[in-house]
Amino acid sequence: MPTFQKKRGKTSPAISTASLPDIIFMLLFFFMTVTVMRNSELKVTVKIPEATELTKLEKKSLVNFIYIGVPNAQWQATRGTSPQIQLGDKFATVADIPLFLEQHKIKVPENQRAAIITSLKIDKDMTMGIVSDVKFELRKYNQLKVNYSARMRAGDKFK
Amino acid sequence: MAKKSGKEKVSNEINAGSMADIAFLLLIFFLVTTTMDQDKGLLVKLPPYVENTEQIDVKINKRNLFTVLVNANDQLLVRGEVTDVNALRDKAKEFILNPNNAEDMAISPSKAIISLKNDRGTHYDKYIAVYNELKSAYTELRDETAMRKFNKHMDDLPSAKQDTIKNMIPMILSEAESTNFGEERK
Repeated sequence: MPTFQKKRGKTSPAISTASLPDIIFMLLFFFMTVTVMRNSELKVTVKIPEATELTKLEKKSLVNFIYIGVPNAQWQATRGTSPQIQLGDKFATVADIPLFLEQHKIKVPENQRAAIITSLKIDKDMTMGIVSDVKFELRKYNQLKVNYSARMRAGDKFK
Repeated sequence: MAKKSGKEKVSNEINAGSMADIAFLLLIFFLVTTTMDQDKGLLVKLPPYVENTEQIDVKINKRNLFTVLVNANDQLLVRGEVTDVNALRDKAKEFILNPNNAEDMAISPSKAIISLKNDRGTHYDKYIAVYNELKSAYTELRDETAMRKFNKHMDDLPSAKQDTIKNMIPMILSEAESTNFGEERK
């Protein structure tokens, strides 16, 4: 009967690791290109609501962010627990919004200014009072393109 | 000049063995700092601000108006009836399309106006849910129309045809000044 014989002595050669740096570099470049550095530290807690009719924000440079939420634990001692607006990395009031928008606007090329979108990142437990105030201020400043930040509702089919 | 002995032994190749380590280090740094979450949300166009708040009488046929009220207790009143959010989409669709030519529903989809009014005490979560339902009612209607007319989904149509459908079923949503009955979060 024929038997399978183990080929002893013939050890396979070591796997060449010469291409390892190339693979790692490839991954590195991938992550370098997709990385978006978080430019402002959140001082308020924002849990965005869920929805299904979502639009993706395409150009990051044309978007400015307004956060509304309750201050984080480390800020509650000085800021209390009432809802606060955060613009950039500072606490602010509704009256600071025009200046904030203007500061963002001057960085955008003139021909693209009409496409500026304000992304409202608002905690889902907020009440509409403060949201209405912010919306009114945005309208007054003629910043009409607004995006209510939301995440895809779980269970709905992924578009 | 003194001749260096063993010149031939000096290799002029840089040792690339540590390159992988350096690349790994950078890779791990970028892995940690990357936030993959994309910014998504409900895109809304706010109405322009008008200086004088005088009442301008605009004659709107009452049958073309779909009023949605959300009070501070997050309850919905749709055309005078208490409604659940889950039923809102179908109600809105029926109103806009008016398939049975009912007397009290929109004359045509392009005439339909949705009026949304909330209280200052309404929760943002609920507001977004309501807004989402109204928007999805329009999305579904447009998709159904696209299917009927061009036998294609809205997303697969060229933008010119998408615009035709959007003009047939324009989304007109008017938001009234919010009322101030309920208690705001303090």
